[in-house]
Amino acid sequence: MGGIMRTLVFFLLAVILPVGCGGGSSNDAGVKHQQITDALFSVMEADRQVYADLIVHRLENEEGVIKTSEHWRDDKALILPAEMFRYGAERVSESDAAVSYALISPWPINSQNNARTDVEKVGIKALAENPDTPYYATETLAGQHYFTALYPDRAVSQACIQCHNDHRDSPRDDFELDEVMGAIVIRLPLEKWGGRRSVRLE
Amino acid sequence: MPNTRILWLIWLGLALAATAVLSTALTSSPAMFQSGELTDGHHQFGVSCSACHTEPFGGGPVIEKACRDCHQADLAHADDSHPDRKFTDPRNASLLERIDARKCVTCHTEHRPDRTHGAGVTIPKNFCIECHSDVGSERPSHQGASFKTCAGSGCHNFHDNRALYEAFLERHMDQPPLLDSPFRLPRGDYHAEAPLTASDADGESLDDSRVLDEWALSAHARGDVNCRDCHAPAGEWTDRVEKNVCAECHEQEMDGFIKGRHGMRAAVADHTLLVADARLPMKSEAVGRRPGCNQCHSDHDYDTRRAAATSCLECHDDEHSRNWRDSPHGQLWQSELDGRAPKGSGVACATCHMPRQEHRGTVTVEHNQNAFLRPVETMGREVCMQCHGLPFSLDSLADDELLKNNFQGPPGVRVESFDWVRERLDRSD
Repeated sequence: MGGIMRTLVFFLLAVILPVGCGGGSSNDAGVKHQQITDALFSVMEADRQVYADLIVHRLENEEGVIKTSEHWRDDKALILPAEMFRYGAERVSESDAAVSYALISPWPINSQNNARTDVEKVGIKALAENPDTPYYATETLAGQHYFTALYPDRAVSQACIQCHNDHRDSPRDDFELDEVMGAIVIRLPLEKWGGRRSVRLE
Repeated sequence: MPNTRILWLIWLGLALAATAVLSTALTSSPAMFQSGELTDGHHQFGVSCSACHTEPFGGGPVIEKACRDCHQADLAHADDSHPDRKFTDPRNASLLERIDARKCVTCHTEHRPDRTHGAGVTIPKNFCIECHSDVGSERPSHQGASFKTCAGSGCHNFHDNRALYEAFLERHMDQPPLLDSPFRLPRGDYHAEAPLTASDADGESLDDSRVLDEWALSAHARGDVNCRDCHAPAGEWTDRVEKNVCAECHEQEMDGFIKGRHGMRAAVADHTLLVADARLPMKSEAVGRRPGCNQCHSDHDYDTRRAAATSCLECHDDEHSRNWRDSPHGQLWQSELDGRAPKGSGVACATCHMPRQEHRGTVTVEHNQNAFLRPVETMGREVCMQCHGLPFSLDSLADDELLKNNFQGPPGVRVESFDWVRERLDRSD
C-alpha cells in the first residue's frame, strides 16, 4: 500500500502538476511566438519604409542630391533599401539575439535569395495566394528547431520597383507599387524561446 | 640491486637531458616540431607557434580567433564578398553541410604543403560548386566552364572582388591600354614654418659632416625634426635609433610595415626576418641583413627615391626585379631621375608595390608591400589603373611571362570577362 501511495504521489508531482502549470504545449506560449515575429516584422517594415521614403526617394528622386547604388561604396551613394535590410540582418546574425531574418523572393536578382528551405518554398506560395495572411510554421534545420514566419514584402516605394524593373539580373521588369515582390522570413530558435513543445500554431 | 639503481639513475639523467634539449629547441627552433611546412604567408611566424596556437590544446576556435585577429580588418577593408555573417542565417544550413564557409580553416589549413595551392587554399579548386552549381543557368557564358577556373585571373576571388565585379568591369571595359590623362597622387610632404638648418642641429655626435649635411637636406630638417628627437626621445642619447622611435611619428607606415612581408616577423619576435630566411630569391651579399626603416631609407637623408627602387634591388634577386631596369617602367624612372621626364612620371618598385594612398586629404605611402597582391587584381585597380585601362591591366597581371619579364611587351593573355560582359549587354539591349 505504501508503495502504491508513493507511486501515485510521484505521478502527481512529476506529470500532472507540470502540465497543469503550463510546462507542456499551451495556447499562451504558442501565440507568443507569432506575437514576437509580428512585432519584429512591424519594426522591420517601418524602418525600411522610412528609409525608402524619407532618405532614398526624397534625396534621390525629389531633391536630386544623391543617388542610390548597389555599388554604393565605389559610387559614393546611398545603399539600397534591400541592402539596408540585409546588412541589418547580417549584423543581427553576428549578435547573440535569438532571431534571424532574411529577404527572399521568387524573382530574386541574386539567385541565392530564392526560397531555399521547404517551409520557405511552401510559405512563399501561400503568400502569393493570400498576401494579407502571414505564414507560420516550424522547421528543423541542421538539427535546430525554429519557429518560422513569412510576411509579404511589398513594393512600398518607387525606389523598390524602379531598381528591380531596371536591373539586368531581375527576372521581372513589371513590378508595380504595393505588389508583393517576395517575403520577409523571421526565425526564432525554439531552444531559446520556450522549446519545441511550446509552439502551437493557429 | 646496485646495478638496477645505477640504471635508474642513468635513465633519469637521460630523460632530464632530453627534456632540457627539447624545451630549448621548442623555443629556439619550433619549426622542427611542426607537422608540415608553413605557407609563404605565415612562414615568418614559424619562430613562434603561439602566434596562431595562442592556447595549448585550444583546437579550432583558438585558431579561428588567431586568423581573425590578423585578417579581419583587411577583409572588411576589401569589402569581403563572403564574410561569415552571410552564412550564419539558419536557412544556409544545407549549404554549410557541404562546405562550412563560416570558418577560415575550412579552406585554409596550415602545415599541409601537399595540398596547398594559391592564397593558402587547401581544398580543391572547384569549391565554388558547393553553392553555385547552378551558375550556368544564370550566366550562359559560364556554361561548360570548369569550376576549377572560377578563381582564375580576371574572374572571381572568394574574398576581394573590388577589381572584378561585373559593374566595375562594365564601367571600365572600353578604356585604352594607356590612359590619356594618367593620374598619380602627389608626394605628401610636410614643411615646418621654420625648417631647421645645419646650424640648428642639437646632436652629440656631429663630427661626421656627411651626416650633418644629409640631415640638413632631409625631410626631417624641413619638418622640424632635430637630432635629439630621434636619438634622445627619452632624454638619454643613443647612436642607434630603435624603430619604435620612428613609429612615434610614422605610425601608419609602421603599421603597414609590420603587416607586410618585410616586417611581419617583428610582430612575433624581437626582430624582422633575416634576408637569408626569405623564400624569394635574394642577393647573396644581402643574406645577413634584416629589413627595417634604415635598411631602405638611409640613416639621415631618408632619400625616398633611393627607397623606391635602389634599396629594393639591393636584396631582391628574382626575375621580375632583375628585369625592372630594362623595362618600360624602369626606363621611365631613370628618365625622371635624369630630369628628362616630368616629376612623378617614373615607375619604381614602390610605385606599384608600396603605392601612395590618400585618405581625407592626407597622402601616405602604403608600407605593406603585400597589400595589393592578395589578389593581384587589386593592384590593377589601385595602381595600374592610374596610368592604364582596366582591360590592359588585368590582361597584363594574368600573364605570368609578362610578370617575370617586368612588363616588357604587350600582354599575351586575354581576360575573357570583358567579352562576357559585352555579350550580356548586347543581349539585354
